[in-house]
Amino acid sequence: MKRTRKTGLIFFPAFDWAISPTHPEREERLLYTQDQVFEEGLLDFENIVEYKPGLATIDDINRIHICVPDAKSVITESHLISAGGAITAAQKVLSAEVDNAFALVRPPGHHAMRIVHGARGFCNINIEAVMIENLRRKYGHKRVAIIDTDCHHGDGTQDIYWHDPDTLCISIHQDGRTLYPGSGFPDEFGGPNALGTTINVPLPPETSDEGFLHVLEELILPIIEEFKPDLVINSAGQDNHYTDPITNMRFSAQGYARLNERLNPDIAVLEGGYSIEGALPYVNVGIILAMAGLDYSHVREPDYNPESLRQSDDISRYIREVTKDVMDLWKKRHTFKAEIVKGAKYARRNRNIYYDTDGIREQQEETVRICDDCGGFITVNSMASTGNRLYAVIIPTRSCDLCRHEGEKHFRSIDKTKLGAHYLILQDRDRDIYTVK
Amino acid sequence: MILGIDVGGTHTDAVLLENFKVKKKTKIPTNQLHLVSSLLGVMDAILQDEDPAKLERVVFSTTISTNAIVQGKTDRVGMIVASGPGLTPQDVRVSEDTRFVSGYMSNRGIEVAPVKKGEINEALSALKEAGIDHLGVVGKFSTRNPVHENEIGEIAQSVFRHVSLGHRMSGNLNFRRRIATTYLNASIFDLYNRFVGEIVDFATKTGLKAPIYILKADGGTFEIRQSADQPVQTILSGPAASIMGIMSLADCSGSDAIAMDMGGTTTDIALLADGVPLLEPLGVTIEGHKTLIRGLKTRSIGLGGDSRVRVDKGEICIGPRREGPAAAFGGPYPTPTDAMIILGLTQIGDRAKAEAAVAEIAGEMKMSLQDAARAVFDKTCQGVASAVTTLIEEINNTPVYTIHELLEGKRLEPSKLFIVGGPAGAVAPRLGEILGCDVVIPHNAEVANAFGAALARTTAEITLIAETERGSLVIAEEGIQMKIPAHFTRKDILRIGIEKLRERAAKLGAREADIETEIIEDQEFNMVRGFYTTGKNIRLKAQVKPGLIARFGKGGARL
Repeated sequence: MKRTRKTGLIFFPAFDWAISPTHPEREERLLYTQDQVFEEGLLDFENIVEYKPGLATIDDINRIHICVPDAKSVITESHLISAGGAITAAQKVLSAEVDNAFALVRPPGHHAMRIVHGARGFCNINIEAVMIENLRRKYGHKRVAIIDTDCHHGDGTQDIYWHDPDTLCISIHQDGRTLYPGSGFPDEFGGPNALGTTINVPLPPETSDEGFLHVLEELILPIIEEFKPDLVINSAGQDNHYTDPITNMRFSAQGYARLNERLNPDIAVLEGGYSIEGALPYVNVGIILAMAGLDYSHVREPDYNPESLRQSDDISRYIREVTKDVMDLWKKRHTFKAEIVKGAKYARRNRNIYYDTDGIREQQEETVRICDDCGGFITVNSMASTGNRLYAVIIPTRSCDLCRHEGEKHFRSIDKTKLGAHYLILQDRDRDIYTVK
Repeated sequence: MILGIDVGGTHTDAVLLENFKVKKKTKIPTNQLHLVSSLLGVMDAILQDEDPAKLERVVFSTTISTNAIVQGKTDRVGMIVASGPGLTPQDVRVSEDTRFVSGYMSNRGIEVAPVKKGEINEALSALKEAGIDHLGVVGKFSTRNPVHENEIGEIAQSVFRHVSLGHRMSGNLNFRRRIATTYLNASIFDLYNRFVGEIVDFATKTGLKAPIYILKADGGTFEIRQSADQPVQTILSGPAASIMGIMSLADCSGSDAIAMDMGGTTTDIALLADGVPLLEPLGVTIEGHKTLIRGLKTRSIGLGGDSRVRVDKGEICIGPRREGPAAAFGGPYPTPTDAMIILGLTQIGDRAKAEAAVAEIAGEMKMSLQDAARAVFDKTCQGVASAVTTLIEEINNTPVYTIHELLEGKRLEPSKLFIVGGPAGAVAPRLGEILGCDVVIPHNAEVANAFGAALARTTAEITLIAETERGSLVIAEEGIQMKIPAHFTRKDILRIGIEKLRERAAKLGAREADIETEIIEDQEFNMVRGFYTTGKNIRLKAQVKPGLIARFGKGGARL
């Protein structure tokens, strides 16, 4: 018999909230999942405990995001609840009330980046990041590995932790050349101070259980083993499923359950997944059973046919190659810094960011101080098609004295009117202070 | 006149009401080996010199079903289970005599795999050959589509004396509980029906024409002939009787309140929201079986007037066991009752014996006798109060699934404590102080259970789900499937739901005046497929909630 684990479940289907009436992110999304979870009687198991979600606060959001014009304006109550649900999950795990926890909440968050002018990819705030920073504040600084198994590249989470050497972000997703948001290639590998703590594995359309589990066994688990995180978090998007209406993969409920059993995350947080009737009820039952250490071998979709879902040999070969390439990069991660930095004191990237859900365009220039002692202080100069313009200085968590000193000095030296910025922000993540001028 | 009878563990109580006032009360010891004889005995006694024709209604609360299950005096039951994919058979098996068969409905009640007749026949004959007479049939999602259960049930009807069908037990989702509930129902079917037969015979013989009701776990009643098919609904009616008793003896209307019955061994706690007792969200648990039986949410703790008090590692420990009566009544150990006697909170028993017993505690704790008694008493009250607080917290932390409920949802904040039972008078002021509640000790509390049973109204629940895309409406508890037009709306489901609930309540024995309907779940979802709205998924749950029969008005008003 398998060893059972005590699993916390935070279920919040938000039956009274939708982006718009026919949007995939709508009231009906978790309706059949609720029915399936209730009918299977999962909450009657002694080792599965349901908790009511708490509410995240504006401070929780400002700890990690810079929202324009402010946090309150870019969210609704539903976001405070879904982020709050993730926080509740983390609290139950870190207080050792449960062994692991699953926040089965909506709306999702993994496309929300550090700067928030509006909603991207159905996401306003990054609920995992809000959760992680909340738990770091309460339980001390933890090394965290986020494994994003949503079909879409977790570009928001990647952006937020791009310069953080203590947060490993691994995203496996359908190749960006074939799917929103179009990013997530192996060369996106982390900022100069955090090389290798961002890992991307793009998978070809029609990848099936075999392909996902190959990447898990040959890449994700070995990297986690080496990174030695205090916490493993699964951004558990469910849109790799073979019935998902907006993607092209062939993952099954059995595959998702197996993945969670092997990955054994401390916390799982629901992300995307819009096959609300054909996939979500079964995938979620599979994940809950796997997390609780219960037998999931009989869970399957009504139309499940493993034969017809098998991936081609070409795909298998391609996945083996990608996996090997990314693994090689990871092994050599310490050797790239000098070559990339070339003796410069600062590194800069310029990006155009599109907020598809709200139709906003943003131009962003981000600069980080090259530092060997911490993540490096960051400045962001951002202008959006809404007309909002901001300039932000970010002191990283566990900043070294020099980055703090230089960051603060820089902040004091800025003339808001000269820059044309409407908002001048200091986000001191080390001291948990958020100042707007 | 109304007759209420409560067959309790020790005593059987009867109370005869005329114009809602106690005309007579009688108490006889319960014959555990033959509960019916206790029931008929007490009835004989109280109806002496009375005209049975004047009775308007007779209500029993009996432990017959509970005892059978607790004592394992149940019949062997064969189970036919169509489990489909999901949990493994080992995880849902309730008895050794379970046969898993094909047939699978999806969460929307759409047939995914059909029932196979040959397989059913084979399973039925195997169970029959094993000498089994009682059958339960349960399918996953049968409350969304009962066709498979009905199909199997029809085949089985010719082979088995009685067949219990899962969807008839409750409209709620929960496959494992449905299996347990159906199993229990079949396992006490014969026993319960013999009981019903004896009562009905007695009524015929004595010319008793008034309707006879049985109390259910939810504090409601149903007519005895209607109860025959659903004996499992009568489990755990004991705590329900005591809560309904409190409601009938005191005015509980309108506020959040705690209802408490403190006995010698245990203290039973229940909660009222706006004067209505709270129900278990899914169903009651009996002997480790989690069921779908609607029941009052009660918490029983092993802390009562006769709980044994001892000192362990320098700490005073009370309960959870009762090792006999209080020392003041010749018991072997000190108890909270003895402490209350010393503190002058009650004038019962032999004070000297109480003092001698508590003196041992005082010695071990190096305290004066008074201080030791005070410590025991306070610890008793704190223990009970903390169980109440935990229960309230649990209820207030029950997950909800809409933003509206999460942000605006009602919080239970009791302002009154109703307490009955032996030590009630002694502990009430202190408990009220700790819990911040006004305290009410109802009069006539010794007949509370019989009184509560006598006045409990008939309850019923009904669950409807409509899908306009497929043009289907299912009423789970009634096993009804109807065609509906594409323009079916929430208004329509409300109308049909209330109508069917009224019919159901009337069938179960409710008088027109007592059918107070209430909507407890009301949800409507747009079903969107491929970015187009294809229909609506509308869900409704309605009930006649537990309460007292009409004309009686507020509890306590006429006593």
